[in-house]
Amino acid sequence: MFDTALTVNDLLFLARGAGMTLLVTAIAVGLGTLMGIVFGVVRYQVGPWWGAPLTFFLDIFRSIPLLIQLVLANAFVTTVLGFRVSGFTVACGVLSLYTAAYCAEIVRGGIEAVPQTVRRAARSLGMSWGQDMTHIVLPLATRVALPSWIGLALGVMKDTSLVFVVQVVELLKSTQILITRLQEPLFLLLICGLFYFLISFPIARFGGYLEKKWLAND
Amino acid sequence: MIEIENVRKSFGSLEVLKGVSLTVPKGEVLTVIGGSGSGKSTLLTCINGLEPIDSGRILVDGVEVHAKGTDLNRLRRKIGIVFQQWNAFPHLTVLENVMLAQRKVLGRSRAEAEAEAVRQLKHVGLGDKLSVYPSRLSGGQQQRMAIARALAMSPDYMLFDEVTSALDPQLVGEVLDTLRMLAAEGMTMICVTHEMKFAREVSDRVAFFHQGVIAEIAPPEELFGAPRTPELQKFLAATV
Repeated sequence: MFDTALTVNDLLFLARGAGMTLLVTAIAVGLGTLMGIVFGVVRYQVGPWWGAPLTFFLDIFRSIPLLIQLVLANAFVTTVLGFRVSGFTVACGVLSLYTAAYCAEIVRGGIEAVPQTVRRAARSLGMSWGQDMTHIVLPLATRVALPSWIGLALGVMKDTSLVFVVQVVELLKSTQILITRLQEPLFLLLICGLFYFLISFPIARFGGYLEKKWLAND
Repeated sequence: MIEIENVRKSFGSLEVLKGVSLTVPKGEVLTVIGGSGSGKSTLLTCINGLEPIDSGRILVDGVEVHAKGTDLNRLRRKIGIVFQQWNAFPHLTVLENVMLAQRKVLGRSRAEAEAEAVRQLKHVGLGDKLSVYPSRLSGGQQQRMAIARALAMSPDYMLFDEVTSALDPQLVGEVLDTLRMLAAEGMTMICVTHEMKFAREVSDRVAFFHQGVIAEIAPPEELFGAPRTPELQKFLAATV
């Protein structure tokens, strides 16, 4: 197993794939979280009745398998609408909405966990709705939501392995290319797994660190 | 001056305030007593516009609280309120708790806000807790922090909504002492309370709430010494 034909160039090829995985993840989680916060606040603020259309829209992204979303979105944007966009753009767009759909629920739950009495205290000091949201509600909701959000971010990172269907060569696709050439599937998958671990581990640890730090004050 | 004119307020089918009228001039300490559910606390949250009212009107320095064009955020700067539950902002230190609204609402600089916060926190006896998080404070200390937080906004009026009701008995005294100090300094205050001894001591007038109306209002020696209505007589007999 350790008698391998893998060269340094192949390793660099894998590293580039890992870089693509990281890039897609960063864009999807970044944009998705921003949208998720907006959607989550709107969902909380307007209540279940007026929020129903938004909830339905987000449910679509939560309930259809990502692979199907990617293929359909790609076909829709390029063939039906006739836009000339890259698979990378489609992948980032779909994954962002997918992340936003989950994140909106996490944000809504976090906001609901902030006691009304604390918010009343903030408003009674003359703080506006926006100031209350920015300085009291979102910081407190973040503490509640963080573990779920870390889970979401790690999940999205692994889900990026599906974007090969829109011709984006990320870590898993790079590995498959090498497997086809070198015929060493187990060894290459081991290395691929190691790359995923190296990306995930710091994120998970950072979440754990924040939780511990906040817990010390509670 | 706070002027309350024939205010009515219902929660669903339950009418909590049934035509309350009351005038509190600057400098007065008014305590409000009465049974649970008599509408005392609701009246306070109506005064700073946290609760809408159904009819009547409330004027603070001539500004109608519930009028359409009233800037409530601006009005609330001059009305401090402290609740039964002390409602610390748990993610901020004691000092930051007292600085936040000064910075964001009054637009004070960091240095100004900090100086004022330190002054108010020392005033309520928390000068040694500045960098502590609220979870490390006792209930009485958290309540005093909430008082300092409201005072730091330099309000003209302070409303206290049963501020000692959620405290352990041995912590009630320190909070009441803080209120006594404020009263002695001439702050205009409306205190909803169950502490009769305190009401008797600090008040210029005491209002007795019963079933959504002010059944009796008089200086303490008169109200406690010679209660006129049978409801008040019964209430006092039950609480003493």
